[in-house]
Amino acid sequence: MAVKPIRTNRRLLSPLPSSEGKGAGLTAVGGRSSNNFIKAISAIVWKDLRAEVRSFELVSAMLVFSLLVILIFNFALELDIKTRQSVTAGVLWATFAFAGTLGLNRSMAIEKDRGCLDGLLLAPVDRSAIYFGKAISNLAFMLIVEAIVLPVYSILYNINLFQPGLLMVILLGSIGYSAVGTLLSAMSVQTRTRDILLPILLLPVVLPLIIAAVQASNTILAGDDFNSIKHWLNTLIAYDVILTAVAFILFDYILED
Amino acid sequence: MQQNKPLALRILDGISILLIGITTYLALFVAPTEVTMGAVQRVFYIHVSTAWVGMLGFIAAVIPSIIYLRTKDMKWDRIEVAAVEISSVFFFLAIVLGSIWARPAWNAWWKWEARLTTAAIAELLYFAYFMLRAGIDHPERRANFGAVYALIASVSIPITFMSIRWVDRTLHPVVFGVSKATSEIEMAMTFDMVKILLFAIFAFSIVFIDLFWNRIRLGDLQDKVEQLKLKVTS
Repeated sequence: MAVKPIRTNRRLLSPLPSSEGKGAGLTAVGGRSSNNFIKAISAIVWKDLRAEVRSFELVSAMLVFSLLVILIFNFALELDIKTRQSVTAGVLWATFAFAGTLGLNRSMAIEKDRGCLDGLLLAPVDRSAIYFGKAISNLAFMLIVEAIVLPVYSILYNINLFQPGLLMVILLGSIGYSAVGTLLSAMSVQTRTRDILLPILLLPVVLPLIIAAVQASNTILAGDDFNSIKHWLNTLIAYDVILTAVAFILFDYILED
Repeated sequence: MQQNKPLALRILDGISILLIGITTYLALFVAPTEVTMGAVQRVFYIHVSTAWVGMLGFIAAVIPSIIYLRTKDMKWDRIEVAAVEISSVFFFLAIVLGSIWARPAWNAWWKWEARLTTAAIAELLYFAYFMLRAGIDHPERRANFGAVYALIASVSIPITFMSIRWVDRTLHPVVFGVSKATSEIEMAMTFDMVKILLFAIFAFSIVFIDLFWNRIRLGDLQDKVEQLKLKVTS
């Protein structure tokens, strides 16, 4: 005898069935709905970036946190010259993982608290456009923070971190992290235990990414050639593709209120 | 859903208890003592069985998740919770029993090798699942999020296993087939042992079905109580 809850039917928002493209969105005047999809994504990304430029809330918090984590690791791990080489990759990725959690939390919390999420849900765009928009902007913030942390770490520890292989690994890792993190932060922001829940949900899921990224980074920093990291790169790419696809499919189900 | 336990379930309860008893007897008294490891090897029969049930349960959790997301029928959510609950408990037992075996065999309670690490991560994933569900009050949202997280977790576990496997060579004994060169402990199984092992796995599968049915029934009754509460207070 359970009362069936009223489900918001997205199709009510789009009277014209669209026979092409990704979304069930209204066909804009003079535009196809797949164009709408791209426009929606870029609108969301652009909104996030502009809001960030005005307040620097996210990037500054993530940045300061990263530097503090590096500081803690400095004392926790006794980074003399010999050990430095072997732990750099691990320290970097631990830093990115924790700072990333911070950024993801804040990013979604801002949406929810200011009612932006409701606004986005009312807009006649596919839910997946919201997912991709948020994922891309979260990725952008992570990359900005990483772009600042890398030179700082290089200077502090006298290691050249600007190797193309390493940069590629960091990019791939951040993509996967952001893809899964966006989905899980959208979930955790709607629970009672909010901020605390995201690391608990995210870190176990993102472990293969961290493992592959650290192993690949270690190998690159040790000076080995490209061939030895090929299967780690494959793992990273496979993880990115699979988890992005799964997250993209499941995102609809978590925003159904 | 009738109030009293169905007769079939009661019979199954009895059979499960009997099977556990028989398995314990076989493992402790009937099985031959292993040459290299001695008596501690006997824990292996129960360890493999509980690990097997744990794996079964995790797979059994994926199907209800998908069906729930498609049909939105809360019955599937209850089935999914039952599956995850039971398999996380059994998997935890498997980890504990494995540690008990490991102490005499490897001289360490725990080693960070492929299968153990993946087991720890899988267990953490399912604890996270319960924490997620505990933080949500709205039943439909709880079911949605639970199903989504269960699917994400089950997708990531195989990838995790693959990645860790590449990191280090496995110390975990390879029971069937040729073991890798780096494995320190070789375990040759006689036919007697294989028979007892297969019986143990069968027995624990029956126990799993019994607990699963009980747990689903418990979930249904809980749901009924909630509805009655709503009726009374409204």
